Amino acid sequence: MLSNIGNSILFLSVLLCFSIIYYSFQNLKTNKDSITKIIFQLCVLQSTFIIISFLTLIAGFLISDFSLIAVYQNSHTLKPALYKIAGTWGNHEGSLLLWVLILTLFSFFFLILNKNHSKNYRIYTLIFQNILILGFLFFLLFNSNPFSVISPEPKEGLGLNPILQDPALAIHPPLLYIGFVGSSIYFSAAIASMLSNYSGKLFAKSIKNWVLVSWSFQTIGILTGSIWAYYELGWGGFWFWDPVENASLLPWFVMTALFHSLIVLEKRNLLYFWVIILCILTFILSVTGTFLIRSGILNSVHTFANDPSRGIFILIFLSLMIFTSVFVLFKKLKINSYNVNFYSKETFVLINNWFMIFYLITVMLGTVYPIFTEVLNDSKVSVGPPFYNTVIIPVVIFFLFFMSIGPKVRWIKDNLKNLNVILGILFFSILINFLIFYLFKSYSLISNFIIISSFFLIFSSLIDFVEHFKNHSIKNYSRIISHMSFGLLVLFIGLNHNFSLEKDLNLKLGEKITFEGYSLKFEKLYLKEFKNYKAIIGEFEVNNLKDNFNLSLYPQIRIYENPNTLTYEASIKTGILKDYYLTMSNIDRSDYYNVKFQKKPFMIWIWISVILISLGGFLRLFKNEKKNY
Amino acid sequence: MKKKIIKSIILLTISFILGIFFIGLNKSSTYNTKDLIGSKISKIQLIQLSENKIITEKELKNNDFTLINFWASWCGPCRDEHPYLLKLSNETKLKLLGVNFKDNKKNAKQFLDNLGNPYDYITTDNSGKQSINFGVYGIPESILIDKDLIIIKKIIGPINKKDFESIKKTIE
Repeated sequence: MLSNIGNSILFLSVLLCFSIIYYSFQNLKTNKDSITKIIFQLCVLQSTFIIISFLTLIAGFLISDFSLIAVYQNSHTLKPALYKIAGTWGNHEGSLLLWVLILTLFSFFFLILNKNHSKNYRIYTLIFQNILILGFLFFLLFNSNPFSVISPEPKEGLGLNPILQDPALAIHPPLLYIGFVGSSIYFSAAIASMLSNYSGKLFAKSIKNWVLVSWSFQTIGILTGSIWAYYELGWGGFWFWDPVENASLLPWFVMTALFHSLIVLEKRNLLYFWVIILCILTFILSVTGTFLIRSGILNSVHTFANDPSRGIFILIFLSLMIFTSVFVLFKKLKINSYNVNFYSKETFVLINNWFMIFYLITVMLGTVYPIFTEVLNDSKVSVGPPFYNTVIIPVVIFFLFFMSIGPKVRWIKDNLKNLNVILGILFFSILINFLIFYLFKSYSLISNFIIISSFFLIFSSLIDFVEHFKNHSIKNYSRIISHMSFGLLVLFIGLNHNFSLEKDLNLKLGEKITFEGYSLKFEKLYLKEFKNYKAIIGEFEVNNLKDNFNLSLYPQIRIYENPNTLTYEASIKTGILKDYYLTMSNIDRSDYYNVKFQKKPFMIWIWISVILISLGGFLRLFKNEKKNY
Repeated sequence: MKKKIIKSIILLTISFILGIFFIGLNKSSTYNTKDLIGSKISKIQLIQLSENKIITEKELKNNDFTLINFWASWCGPCRDEHPYLLKLSNETKLKLLGVNFKDNKKNAKQFLDNLGNPYDYITTDNSGKQSINFGVYGIPESILIDKDLIIIKKIIGPINKKDFESIKKTIE
């Protein structure tokens, strides 16, 4: 029943896509300045249909309709309602429907919210966006149909992978998708802009809010993924440099470069083709990321089942997208030589872009390198954190300095009058770094530089903030918040890295161990039944011998029935200054438990910094919203 | 002219990358260890535990059957399967190749001194890298190969009575 509804709606949506494209071409032929009513009506209908099909799938999960394969494979009657809903996008087919939903909604809102822009430009954007929607609808219908049925209907579902049953992960895919699927709209707009010759400042104005929306959501989406890894994967880290994480980071770098360049395009009418390239690249990288993960070409922690036929489809689609956009770009590209003064805001924006492209190339190389060696050399290699850390960390130091100075520099030309202030901030940053170094603990040379440069950025931003406050100007609050929070993020990651304590211990019930100012006692062990799992819970008493402070931690070993899985649940005590993190696992044929104790300073501040970074994006969005659209 | 060259280079690079993706897609990058049955092992280079001699596939070609067993002194289940390995070492048609996985030499030797040494060859894989080539994730794991180096059986986990009998049946 639900399957029929879903399939019919998807089929009708395909017809609607064709109609929208047809009427759009008809509209292009007329000399009228406005878009015909029928296109608006079709778009409303299209969005409504896709929303209904998505709700139908959610309903399938909520009422546990196991006649749908997607529900059968990813849900279970005993699952809490939140995870039933999250199950909708916790699998390949459902998440593709979410893709289509976001493509469609962005298409619709772009059409109705950009009224003041040229008709042809809007129509071309609509056509390209609908070609994308059509491609993904075909993919859904012929390869990854979320409404496929299984007969006879199973009585019970296989259940959602327990490590995916986590609140952060429940909201992670939608947030991330708004980010990188949302970038499709400026991909379409970029091609439309070239075809309709709607360039320069006006083009920048029409897409800047969309770039901001996708960037802000992408940031939050990456954060929720990280929080999930920290709480759920049980090893205390929050970033692996895993292909899946990298795939979310690649478009983020380009988006960041893009909205900085957009400022130049809007204010100075420079860098038009560079902006176009970045627009195209963002979405191409989003689809490339999807290809790398869904096709199974790379091994990763994600549990999407591998199916080469999916890979072929996405790869063909990706190739078509790339060659079409490169073709249009080559046809329209005009190389202008810009006369940009060295010490001007334009230069600093370009410097930002170089850094972003550098990060992009580094992460891209690390991610796809194993595919290349396997195909060309038949050898399996894996590129791990040491590569990324060695290449990226030293460069971040310079990046932070440029990020501090850039915003203070004026457009067109400036002189070095604020050199004293800069030197003052630098001196102060070095001083604080050495205070930390001598009072608490020494760390490596590179860590010194990281901490100095992040303080430099934080203090510069703070001074900016005070100046703006004095002048009662609200112009740049969003930028100051994002830049300062980026400084905070690097600072807290640096401190976290240098001041973490990690101990791997084997303990028996009742045993107590003392190490580096702490004692850990294995107090109790008991079994508890929960709705969808059983848990072996250990009770440990942690004692901070210096401050005479103790707390109890309760790590678990969970036994899930559906599907039959064992997971290790960390017990985390989050504090303002530090987290205590404890995991335990049983050792076969022994009374001993392997216990991993970690002290992780400033974890919560890492999360808060990222929230603030994206808050900057949202604030800018609201400010733009007030000004114009 | 210069423009055309640059454009061609860009197009060629894109095509090259997409081409690699396409070929990569057809190579399965995930190990399904069941797929290994029927495939031929090649390029083995295992260092012997006691001397610095290297065992390659050439040595194994002389045997009717070889059981490659991955084990370590720290592995509890390896102790469980040890009696079966000892029994299998009496089979004339079968040679046992032990791969000592991520272990310390002293402990490994002590393990064999205490429980008996079933192996015809003992090699070591300190880093665990060689074992990856056999599709081994965890230990114990055993692979039975024939004269032509074709994998005919793969046992994940300790060898039990059933596995023991089935190995005996295969080699007879």
